[in-house]
Amino acid sequence: MLENFDLSLVAWSRAQFALTAIYHWLFVPLTLGLSFILAFMETIYVRTGDEAWKRITRFWMTLFGINFAIGVATGIILEFEFGTNWSNYSWFVGDIFGAPLAVEGILAFFLESTFVAVMFFGWNKVSRKFHLASTWLVAVGANLSALWILVANAWMENPVGMHFNPDTARNEMDSFSSVLFNPVAVNKFAHTVTSGFLLASIFVIGISAWYLIRRREENMAKKSIMVAGIFGLVSSILVAVTGDSSARIISKVEPVKFASMEALYDGKSNAGLTVIGIIKESDESIGEKKTHDVNMRIQIPKMLSIMTTGKGDGYVPGIKDLVNGNPSKGILSVAEMIERGKYARKVLTDYKMSKEVGDTETAAKLAARFTDRDFTENYFKYFGYSYFSAPWQVIPSVPILFYSFRIMVGLGFFFILLCALAIWFWKRNALDKNRWFLWLALLSVPLAYVASESGWVVCEMGRQPWIIQNLMPVNVAVSNIASSSVQVTFILFAVMFTGLLIAEVSIMMRQIKNGPKHKEE
Amino acid sequence: MTALLSHSFLQGYWWLIISLLAGLLLFLMFVQGGQSFIFTLAKTELQRTMMVNALGRKWEFTFTTLVTFGGAFFASFPLFYSVSFGGAYWLWMAILFSFILQAVAYEFRSKPSNVFGTRVFDGFLFLNGCLGPFLIGVAVGTFFTGSDFSLDLYNRVTWGTNWHGLEALANPANLALGLAVLFLARILGLLYLVNTIDDAELSERSHKSVLVNTIPFLVFFLSFVAFLLTGKGFQVDVATGNITTVKYFYLHSLITSPLKLALLLAGVVLVLYGISLSIIRRSARAVWYVGTGTVAVGLGLFFLAGYGKSAFYPSVTNLQSSLTLAKASSSRFTLQTMMYVSFIIPFVFAYIWIAWKAINRKRITGEEMAEGEHTY
Repeated sequence: MLENFDLSLVAWSRAQFALTAIYHWLFVPLTLGLSFILAFMETIYVRTGDEAWKRITRFWMTLFGINFAIGVATGIILEFEFGTNWSNYSWFVGDIFGAPLAVEGILAFFLESTFVAVMFFGWNKVSRKFHLASTWLVAVGANLSALWILVANAWMENPVGMHFNPDTARNEMDSFSSVLFNPVAVNKFAHTVTSGFLLASIFVIGISAWYLIRRREENMAKKSIMVAGIFGLVSSILVAVTGDSSARIISKVEPVKFASMEALYDGKSNAGLTVIGIIKESDESIGEKKTHDVNMRIQIPKMLSIMTTGKGDGYVPGIKDLVNGNPSKGILSVAEMIERGKYARKVLTDYKMSKEVGDTETAAKLAARFTDRDFTENYFKYFGYSYFSAPWQVIPSVPILFYSFRIMVGLGFFFILLCALAIWFWKRNALDKNRWFLWLALLSVPLAYVASESGWVVCEMGRQPWIIQNLMPVNVAVSNIASSSVQVTFILFAVMFTGLLIAEVSIMMRQIKNGPKHKEE
Repeated sequence: MTALLSHSFLQGYWWLIISLLAGLLLFLMFVQGGQSFIFTLAKTELQRTMMVNALGRKWEFTFTTLVTFGGAFFASFPLFYSVSFGGAYWLWMAILFSFILQAVAYEFRSKPSNVFGTRVFDGFLFLNGCLGPFLIGVAVGTFFTGSDFSLDLYNRVTWGTNWHGLEALANPANLALGLAVLFLARILGLLYLVNTIDDAELSERSHKSVLVNTIPFLVFFLSFVAFLLTGKGFQVDVATGNITTVKYFYLHSLITSPLKLALLLAGVVLVLYGISLSIIRRSARAVWYVGTGTVAVGLGLFFLAGYGKSAFYPSVTNLQSSLTLAKASSSRFTLQTMMYVSFIIPFVFAYIWIAWKAINRKRITGEEMAEGEHTY
């Protein structure tokens, strides 16, 4: 039964999925952003007829191609791992989660894969306009595919547009528009793709800066910095705006994650936003989970209250409020949620057993509970809590969230400055004179990846222990296979991905070193 | 209109889409079939480059179709996704591994500083070319021969063996279908190369190789058909939902369903006609006949597995756990919503056709490769 979890299996399955996702996300944001940068550059070429822009487009397209293939390869594994490693999850929510994945394939992947071939091979085979349209369609297709997988991912954080069907023992969709326009999904899509645009812009600025440091390909480098600088600045501002709204939404739908990001244990009014601090384990604990103090904290007074409630004196619940409950603020304790969840699960079990033994009268009565509002909103809503034995189990890793969040946000603000400086120096034709900036831009390329991965760490580690918020913990979702099998595939994936990453970086660096195929005129 | 769309109609509709994707995937595995010749067909490095580039411009289609096939299965028949992927873990992992290798091999193989060298990436293409079609064929074989699993009251799967899917390789019928798919993919690959590359020597060698590969294809395909028609099938009692094994079930199913029979026969005839065009007339257009026939055979096999009184993913250990379209499907609401999305498919086909024609208008030549404009 579900109570007898193989924790080793859960840990390895999580590790395998995390490994795949981390590798996948090393390549995807560059694809999302660089596809649009290519489209901008090629548009300038088609509009001006200036062959220099064609040459620039083709150079970045080569790098795009190297990155694109490995992103596709890691992406297919993620899709299939939902089934291979999380089969209980696949059934429990397949009715909802599968739909965006299928739409992704039909609408986005075919668009992307069809026109990427024209983009790479069509320069001398199709007209300029057809080629340009293909480049734009690749960008649209790549970003559309991000939309659908992010809709699915957002649903896991804020499950909406569905009801539970006791006969099939799964959740079933009853509103596609609620799933698609889920506020978490809308915001997550905007935040994620703009962060991809930003990463690609930093990549282009950084590589171009390297050429300027080496005093090579200066015309290409400056033009590339112009395009990427503008695109990056706009994107970085959008990233900040959507990041802010993302935090507001998380504070509502995943309050424990939000409080953990801030290491806020005791709820308070006039709560300040911690800009920076050092996490230290304290002597206190919540159940078996140690709490943490934040030392050397620098705060913006009242900012956290303003961000979450819109008022400076608004109350922000802490982890202790959320775990132990706070009746004065209308917050239910996790212990109470566990009880209610267990009751809901018992009703489901009784229903299944009565059906099994042919007791149709009892079965009908119990089935009616699942359409009863009081039961669904006050008991079944906490179904997932029934799998916990103690309230502290709902607390994610506070230090990881605290630091990842600050790395992401801090670098995000730094990139706004970097892009603004890139445009400033380009406008004044002063890029080559400010070598410190060129070095800074070059060294920022890996930082963009750190920021991007940190964002996903906040999202996914913060979601723990849930795979679907309030409905299904991760350990219930796992496939019933031997943990040794997952260990073996984890090692195989780790070796393969690492090997391919080394090859990819090596090829990319060589291509950059070689520069564009045709010499600058 | 909405009232007319019953749940069972929608289940049938989505099985049609799944079958169509399966048929197209079978055809598009010409890419894998072609890759399996990477070390043997070309006599010069230029010929090998032309081969790789002819196939490499289409690998994304096969890949995308496989991904969409998985996504469509997840959306429309999530219980299959949960049972088969979560249970036959090693079989699907082996398929995945072979496809990961392919995705990067094209882009990386000829790039300088690729760390492992061109031969290693070509080896990846060869591995994917052989393992991909074979293992997918074996997996499809289990739709008819069954798997070792059982479901509990909450539809959670327990696999009966620790082999987690690899046990399918011990079944002769699955093996026969796997090998038949492999040799069919190889034939399609050869014919596609003939159609796409402007090289008389390579074409002649490809035509000769078609004959060599047709013999094992026919042996394995006919063996599978013999297993299928003379063996037991998994029949569902529509009234009770009870599942039993019935001797000659698939034979009866074919006899009583002219559509399935016609699709399979038409498919086989087209495949054989296309092959004969290649062998006798050295036709460059043979790939389209064999390709169309392959899609028809794929449709016929999937119709046979899913439509009628058949359980499409049978369990040999616990018959009542076997998956039927009704049992494994998504809710009516989801299937209907997805159906509206699927109306875009003809539009997708249209732009694929336009892009395909644009890229394939001129056949690949040695000169084009020498120009070095984004070659693999």
